[in-house]
This record gives sequence, C-alpha cells and structure tokens, in this order.
Amino acid sequence: MIPAAFEYYRPKDMDGVLSILAEHGDDARVMAGGHSLIPMMKLRMADVPHLIDLQDVAGLSGIEVDGGQIRIGAMVTQHDIIDHADLTAAAPILREAALQIADPQVRYMGTVGGNVANGDPGNDMPGLMQCLDAQFTVVGTDGERTIAARDFYEAAYMTAREDEEVLTSVTFAAPKGGYAYEKQKRKIGDYATAAAAVQIVRDGDICTEASIAMTNLSDTPIYSEAAGAALIGTMVDAAALTAAVNAMLGDIDPTEDNRGPIAFKKHVAGVILRRAIERAWSRA
Amino acid sequence: MSNKQHYKLTVNGKQEEFLAEPRELLIYTLRERLNITGPHIGCETSHCGACTVTIDGKSVKACTMFVAQADGKDITTIEGIGNPDALHPLQTAFKEHHGLQCGYCTPGMITRATKLLEENPTPTEEDIRFGMAGNICRCTGYQNIVKSIQAAAAEMNAAKEAAE
Repeated sequence: MIPAAFEYYRPKDMDGVLSILAEHGDDARVMAGGHSLIPMMKLRMADVPHLIDLQDVAGLSGIEVDGGQIRIGAMVTQHDIIDHADLTAAAPILREAALQIADPQVRYMGTVGGNVANGDPGNDMPGLMQCLDAQFTVVGTDGERTIAARDFYEAAYMTAREDEEVLTSVTFAAPKGGYAYEKQKRKIGDYATAAAAVQIVRDGDICTEASIAMTNLSDTPIYSEAAGAALIGTMVDAAALTAAVNAMLGDIDPTEDNRGPIAFKKHVAGVILRRAIERAWSRA
Repeated sequence: MSNKQHYKLTVNGKQEEFLAEPRELLIYTLRERLNITGPHIGCETSHCGACTVTIDGKSVKACTMFVAQADGKDITTIEGIGNPDALHPLQTAFKEHHGLQCGYCTPGMITRATKLLEENPTPTEEDIRFGMAGNICRCTGYQNIVKSIQAAAAEMNAAKEAAE
C-alpha cells in the first residue's frame, strides 16, 4: 500500500518532460492516469525515483475526428472516449470496448495512452488498436516517429517505445462496416480471460474485409491476419466461422493462471471470437 | 529521504495548506492529515472504491492518487455532501431503504452515487448497478443500495420539478 519516495515533476510542455527523462534515464518514468503505475508502486513492484506527471502537459488531451481520420491524444481518458458522440459515430468499437474496461472511477482517470503504452497483455486497448491498424506517435529528443500498433508489442511490458520516448497520440482511419468488442471476464474490472476485437465489411452477402485481434491470450495482443483472411470472400457461414476460429487458435499462445488452464482459455477464445464475428457481421 | 513539498487543496469548500511528501496517497492526506475519516481504505489494489471522493467533477479512488497529483484541486468527500443535521437525499435514502449495514463502503458509495445521478438523473436498475460497479460492499448484497439510489433519484427529480 505504501509506495517508496520519489521526486515529483509536473511539467507544462513536452520539452520539460523530455529533459527530465534525458537527465534521469531509467530512473524517470512518465505517469498518465496512474491506475496501472500507482498500484504497482504501492506493491513496490515498480521503482520510480523520478515521477513525471503528464496531467498539465499541453496538447495531449484532444479527440479529433476529421475527414475519416481519427486522432486521440494520449491523455484522453476512457471516460472521455465513452462520452464523445462524434468519436462514437465514427468508431463505435471504441466506446463498446471502453465500457468493458475497469470501472467508473478508473475510467475517469485511466487514459488511452497509458492503456496502450503500459505493455500489460491484460489491457484491452492494444488489441483493439491492432484491429483498427492504429499508429502510435512517440516523441523523443530526436523528434517524433510513428509505430504501428501491430508492430508495437514485443513481450509482456516490452514495447517498441524507447525509455526516453513518450507516447503522445493514437491515430487511425475511421473503421468501416460492422464491429464488436467481445470480452469474457470473471467480474467487473477484471482483465479478460479472452477478448476479441472485430471489424468487418460486407458487400451484399459477402465479407470483403475483416480485421481480428485478440486480448490477453499471449504475452502480447495478437493481431490474427489469418483469422480475418478466413472470412474474406465468404458469407460468414458456419464453415467460415470455424475456419476463422481455427486460424486464430493457431496464432494465440495463452498461459495458465487464475483465469484458467490453457485448454480452457483456447476454448473461451473460440467462443468469444465466434460471438464477436457474429455480432460484427449483424452490424455490417 | 524526506522531500516535503507545499500543497494546497480545497476540501469540502475549505482551503487546506500543508507540507507533505509527494508519495503520500490522497486517502492518507484526507484521513490522517486533515482528519476527514469518512473515506475508507478497503484494499490496496484499487478495486473496492471505499476511498471514493469527487475531484474536479470526477469520481476518483483516493488511494490511487498521490497528494502531489491532487495539488490545487477541489475535492468533495462524504463530509461535504451532507451532515446529520442536513442529510443529502442519498443519505436519507440509504437510511430509509437500508442501503448500509457496517457502513464501511457507504461514504464511497454515496459519493460515487452523487456523481452517477448528476450524469444520469434517471438511471435504470442496470445503469445503477453498472455505474456503481467500482464500489464493493460485503454486507448488503447491493439490492438495497440500488433501491436507495432509485429512491434518491426520484426524490431529487421531484424536488427539481417542484422548484421549476
């Protein structure tokens, strides 16, 4: 419950953040909503001698929906996502997923940037962002670069972001067609036993595009290109659903924990993906 | 290592100024430093919501915020919502509909419920259960908490209509 002592900084701009990161290296860490980092600090599982609070840094909190392109600042909270009518109209899967993350209090504080940058495979937004083929913008002393969500996750808590870089925004093209974020969990606020993000495009009776990503079924989120490909050109009938599920099962690599053994997680992953595809198809 | 800083909070309308280490969790600032002991601590993993307060219009678990983050902010706790001589309609409703037993979750429950009803003055039972899902209770089984919030909503909406 009691975190170790730290030096606290609340800079007003990104230059201020980057100079503290440059000065203290591994000893410094940025904090957004604090709802993953503070719990880890309270358990002394995270050691952060220099804590940089991003709450006053300008330019990180906007949601822009413009001409089919969406940009979400890193400090946008889950509550902001749920509340934003234009964003919900353009990319309804975000609201559907955000409502399945944590609980009301955590959603007022927890941010999109923190969720995607954290690197915990339990987080829901990483898989969702892979489904949407989002790009993450990070800034460092050498300037900005973008990293595809599908290339961002290397292992649990290991991402393509360098220690001295800060994730500033998430951008993606407004998704087309039907959508679903389906999550199996033990209770409110739990990370998924299995979850699936699905976007699907329908032309007449035929599926013409499908994007599928899975949450908490490996040490990273899993974008399953093969599962999407198994649906394209089909009428999303029983055979196509089975093919997509089998393709997905070939891509995931769950581990046993309190949520169940590996065989159970694979079973749940199949059930959840099937439901997600069916719901997305019905909305397409 | 002690690195005390000067902090300023507004708590229940009153300005508070003090020196504290940045690592001090807001719940301890409230309880131990300012003697505002309504908000409680029920866990160390940010699940239970017994420490819920309102900060700049958001329901926040005060165990998951450092005092340094809260510097300059406006905080309302159960003590600022009502008192024995002037109960808030939610407090009256929790009393009348038996929405509490041991009372340990109640300050967080009621503080969260004030915000829920502000955002959604006419919630369904499902809205209430979902909107209160960040607050755990071991005694009531929730049923009477739902009834209490429904009753308070009806009371507050009637009072608002009468005023208009």
